[in-house]
Amino acid sequence: MTPALRRRVFLVAGAVAGGLLLWGLTGLPDYGVYPGPYGDVLNAVAVDERKATNVVAAVTFDYRGVDTMGEEYILFAAVIGVAIVLRAQRGETEQEPDEDAADRRAPGTSNAVRVLGLALLGPVVLFGIYMVAHGHLSPGGGFQGGVVLATGALLVYLSGEYVTLRRVRPVALIDLAEGSGAAGYVAVGLLGLAAGAAFLENVLPLGQPGALLSSGMIPLINLAVGLEVAAGFVLLLSEFLEQTLVVRRPGEVT
Amino acid sequence: MIVLEVAVFLLVAAGGTAVVLTRDPLDQAIVASFYGLVLGIMFLVFQAPDVALSQITVGAVALPLMIVLALAKVRALAGSREDDRE
Repeated sequence: MTPALRRRVFLVAGAVAGGLLLWGLTGLPDYGVYPGPYGDVLNAVAVDERKATNVVAAVTFDYRGVDTMGEEYILFAAVIGVAIVLRAQRGETEQEPDEDAADRRAPGTSNAVRVLGLALLGPVVLFGIYMVAHGHLSPGGGFQGGVVLATGALLVYLSGEYVTLRRVRPVALIDLAEGSGAAGYVAVGLLGLAAGAAFLENVLPLGQPGALLSSGMIPLINLAVGLEVAAGFVLLLSEFLEQTLVVRRPGEVT
Repeated sequence: MIVLEVAVFLLVAAGGTAVVLTRDPLDQAIVASFYGLVLGIMFLVFQAPDVALSQITVGAVALPLMIVLALAKVRALAGSREDDRE
């Protein structure tokens, strides 16, 4: 295919796709106009029914809690998949990362990065915990808070050395945290069954809207999700770092 | 408010274009991280703070990080292949 022909084919395809897109855009509801009934209904009843001031959390972790469980297991499966794909394979050897070698030639981490990383570590971890714990009250929740918590591990790597990260990340504990986070969601769901209600149906006292201990099972589920996501991302990060820094094929340079 | 919305739309358009126009994958990961942050700001401006948080954590942190780490590994592998040929 010559470049001229290719350009012509692209122009035709681009015009058709652009036309369809414009046609679709003209059919959209006006800005700020919400046509569906569910959003309005939920906005009206969620705070009263679930005592959760974050209606999004009430929807994702209560009204459609089973869907969110599926989402959590998507992440769980993805992390396991990465861990399997990135395992050390036959013919590959592990070596101490060059970064920590005495005769290291690469430029070291600058002091600015080290200081900023260490200064941010505390606030980031605290913010992550806050986000997980207040998921039912304000924007955030287990997924977002979990990733924020995991960036704490990234900061440790950035401001220290790879060996430092290895020291603060006991793999057995991380595996345990990820597994119990994933299982915790189901366990909270089974609470409902055990109390004679449906799976994931709230059976805990709802409390007052705005209180930290309110919204029934939503904070518990957020906790489980936060644990799973934080551990999952730390696992992802360390698998990638291990693969990049430690695992070597014969003759591979760094 | 409308000024802010238009401004953030223009930023998103500029960011998306910048990601496409950046050819080096490593540079692209950094530009994509910035684009992820801009997208997060857009969600915040349009009053979806929950989605904005997800967008920032995934689009501005997790995704570029995975790309950078994968690139480092690929480059190490490519280096070993060149050694074989020599």
